[in-house]
Amino acid sequence: MGVKPKHERTPFFTNEMKTESPNSQGETLFRRLPSAKRRLETAAPLGDSHPFMVQKLNPRRLLALIRKEGVQILRDPSSILIAFILPVILLFLFGYAVSLDSTKLRIGVVMQERTPVSESLLAAVRDSKYFTVTPGFALKEMEGQLVAGKLRGILVIPVNFSRLFAENTGGEDTGARLQIIADGSEPNTASFVQNYLRAAIGGWQAARARDQGSNAHPGIEIETRMWFNPSLESKNYLVPGSIAIVMTLIGTLLTSLVVAREWERGTMEALMATPVSIQELVLGKLIPYFLLGVGSMSFCTLVSVGIFHTPLRGSVVALALVTSVFLAACLGQGLLISTLAKSQFIAGQAALILGFLPSFQLSGFIFEIRSMPAPIQALTYLFPARYFVQSLHTIFLAGDIGAVLWRNGLILLGFATVFFLLTARVTRKKLT
Amino acid sequence: MSRIDKPIVRARNLTKRFPKAKKAALEGLDADIFPGRITGLAGPDGAGKTTFLRMVAGLLDLTEGELTVLGVDPATKAEEIHIRTGYMPQRFGLYEDLSVQQNMDLYADLRGVQGQQRQETFERLLGFTDLKRFTDRKAGALSGGMKQKLGLACALISKPELLLLDEPGVGVDPISRRELWKMVQALVAEGIGVIWSTAYLDEAEMCESVIVLNEGKSIFSGAPGELTDRVGDRTFILPVTQDKRQALQRALEVDSVVDGVVQGNHLRLVLRKGAKDFDAAAIGLEGKLRQVKPRFEDAFIDALGGPRRGKSRIAEALRQIPHDGDAVIEAHDLTKKFGDFAATDRVTFAVKRGELFGLLGPNGAGKSTTFKMMCGLLKPTSGTARVTGLDLQHSGSKARSRLGYMAQKFSLYADLTVRQNLDFFSGIYGLKNGQKKAVDSMLEIFAFGDQADVPSGQLPLGFKQRLSMAAALMHEPDVLFLDEPTSGVDPITRREFWKHINGLVEKGVTVMVTTHFMDEAEYCDRIGLVYRGQLIALGPPDELKRNVKTPELENPTMEDAFIALIREFDQENGGKA
Repeated sequence: MGVKPKHERTPFFTNEMKTESPNSQGETLFRRLPSAKRRLETAAPLGDSHPFMVQKLNPRRLLALIRKEGVQILRDPSSILIAFILPVILLFLFGYAVSLDSTKLRIGVVMQERTPVSESLLAAVRDSKYFTVTPGFALKEMEGQLVAGKLRGILVIPVNFSRLFAENTGGEDTGARLQIIADGSEPNTASFVQNYLRAAIGGWQAARARDQGSNAHPGIEIETRMWFNPSLESKNYLVPGSIAIVMTLIGTLLTSLVVAREWERGTMEALMATPVSIQELVLGKLIPYFLLGVGSMSFCTLVSVGIFHTPLRGSVVALALVTSVFLAACLGQGLLISTLAKSQFIAGQAALILGFLPSFQLSGFIFEIRSMPAPIQALTYLFPARYFVQSLHTIFLAGDIGAVLWRNGLILLGFATVFFLLTARVTRKKLT
Repeated sequence: MSRIDKPIVRARNLTKRFPKAKKAALEGLDADIFPGRITGLAGPDGAGKTTFLRMVAGLLDLTEGELTVLGVDPATKAEEIHIRTGYMPQRFGLYEDLSVQQNMDLYADLRGVQGQQRQETFERLLGFTDLKRFTDRKAGALSGGMKQKLGLACALISKPELLLLDEPGVGVDPISRRELWKMVQALVAEGIGVIWSTAYLDEAEMCESVIVLNEGKSIFSGAPGELTDRVGDRTFILPVTQDKRQALQRALEVDSVVDGVVQGNHLRLVLRKGAKDFDAAAIGLEGKLRQVKPRFEDAFIDALGGPRRGKSRIAEALRQIPHDGDAVIEAHDLTKKFGDFAATDRVTFAVKRGELFGLLGPNGAGKSTTFKMMCGLLKPTSGTARVTGLDLQHSGSKARSRLGYMAQKFSLYADLTVRQNLDFFSGIYGLKNGQKKAVDSMLEIFAFGDQADVPSGQLPLGFKQRLSMAAALMHEPDVLFLDEPTSGVDPITRREFWKHINGLVEKGVTVMVTTHFMDEAEYCDRIGLVYRGQLIALGPPDELKRNVKTPELENPTMEDAFIALIREFDQENGGKA
């Protein structure tokens, strides 16, 4: 080969490039360089009076972060999915598909006496659309069937019931008693048995009183009144409850995921190397997701009231206030999680376990807290969802009951404060 | 260029230990970084480059020692450093779902660049980075090179006094890297101090001064020339007429040789200090040594004591596959379309048994897509891919039992130990008999030693790559596919790796490899250059280089050939997009 072997590897960047200025206009990139240069010569510190050094909350920077987050929310299908599509799915699921109302519960009625009164009570219970009734005389036999799971509950009409019932004219306690035995292994069903039986007995008493033309209320040991939800429709409980689920998903899951995503993609590192303050970083996440949560809440309320005809007996103001403090607690929890777990996977898992599952199972949304074992009941106090679900039920089904809402609101505010304080403690504008 | 002799970064005995880590990430580093010049921060992955940059940026606290940045202490005045420096982290720190303009707006707001100044800055930076046409495009839809420029623009928004660039060249094609270098040069001319971290030693060589890190310690600090001078009289090239890879293998077995690579039709050798005698004839080579100007990598390898000696044990353990001249890898009109976009566009080539075939191309050119179709991991839209005569679409599993595949990313089970991973792979390849023997021999061949029972996720990158290769070789395949096997691996480990690859080819294994290291392309028998989904050039490395020779460029390197061929293609196809 006639070519001289080239000894030196051609430099990656040739020399002409080294000196050539890429700016064809011949301008410098930064006009105000002289001042920069002067500073370089002395490498003088800026001094503490520099506006960026003292300003921990610069509105423009905060707004820029919020705007950025907003664009990301709008462009990210998963946030829209969680905030607006998921609620619709949940509401439909709990509004139509899942109904915890049980019609035709199998119960037994033990007739320890056979009198016209007890026969008439039996007939009334039989007439109820909720029960399939097996009458009998021996309690023992019925108990056996209850244990075997063939019956869901037993109503016992004791000896002397008619006499004591008839003796009562004034409303004093004359000792007329009825006994309800329910299968406690299924708390929901048990509570239905109990409630529906009370309703049936109440109806029977009222009817008898009407028939006798008296307006005296003959006293029986069972006083039954269905508050808030006279039609006993579980939908009215479930729809407000599912709002709590959606708020948890937005507040805890979505927030912890988006923060973890910033860590994973390295954008958090880039942000931290700018003059942005930690307060701005935190608020820049909180405000957009708070607004998203409020938007989703309004949407959920419209759907549940408009489509599912859930009553909204309380005021919108109370609803907004309670939702705000709950969202704050959720966002605080989400931020805390993502500060500790910087990968989306771990943050997601933690948010599901600490946020979503408790709000599903320990909030009283589906499983009534009073029918939980004591230790689990105690556990429910540790999760904000409990207070929120209770408040929602109150606002939707009862109205603005100050005592309940104030107490729950303050507790939720406490949760939010604790989460924010913890977040502030562990968050620094540093990498580890 | 004005020189101001007061350092803007001063580090003394700088040490960083992370909790739980056995070794210090950075230990006893002394460094002075001056304004108005580019200081290179060179070293392999895990050497401590990012740790140092993060400490300088005020994002990490030091464990021991002193650090002053722009005259202040980053531990207490991080805010001030954040105001006065620009920092581009690895992967550029961009919001991929925001547009170019939205990314720039965000950083301008965060840095308080307002009003007229803002408009002027945008104008200049967009012009400077040539991104004006793409302001509405999402950052995620930009090419690697454009992302890098946008990252730089975002870091430059408020005219920093110190610019920190963490591996700006990673994942970016050579053309874009050259453009970025020119831009940064212009900034330096304006008095900005730049720290440029890189795993590419050729980038480090271009810096005015360089700090070379290895395993957390500085092994050199000063002008790159000072380091290269150390091997100034010990660097030679030797012409070879026979098989280059065999010649290299023999040369590396000679005691006086500390380092050697293939360079065109020559061997490039660095002799051990003091040992100047090298008898080429003794190892059957005819040519004569000629002293050449050393480059940074020669000196770097020398400073680290050179790669491990000896032949590739894996190749020794393998049976010899007879060269029968058959085409074992064939692509015919191979096309893969994602929607309207042809990631691979009518690619045709054939690789003979025992050939080492390289696929080269910028990021996003379609290398990986082509590669994945060749190993049956991706279904072609049209055309055929055959391995050992078997169509991957029809006899996929049969063909796959004949090929080994090493993925670009570490794709073994991080929580299983080395031994458990190998057990698993020998199991899925159906090595019933002698499974234990095969695993034991792999452990021995790749010198895992006491690492055999360490969860593979905790291994250093070099060991991970070795394990991936061992797993791909478990079933003694005829054909081996290696996707960027040396990406992110330090130069010493890279040499060892190529020793294995060369040894395998020696034994008749057909190897197809993708790489973005231009010097590695020199080892290949033939190279296919992929660009915009098409195979724009195909041939032996020397031939490709010869084709781009001009009077001005008498001895083009692989990189020159690469750039020239791409430019030529762009001109013929209506300019750069």
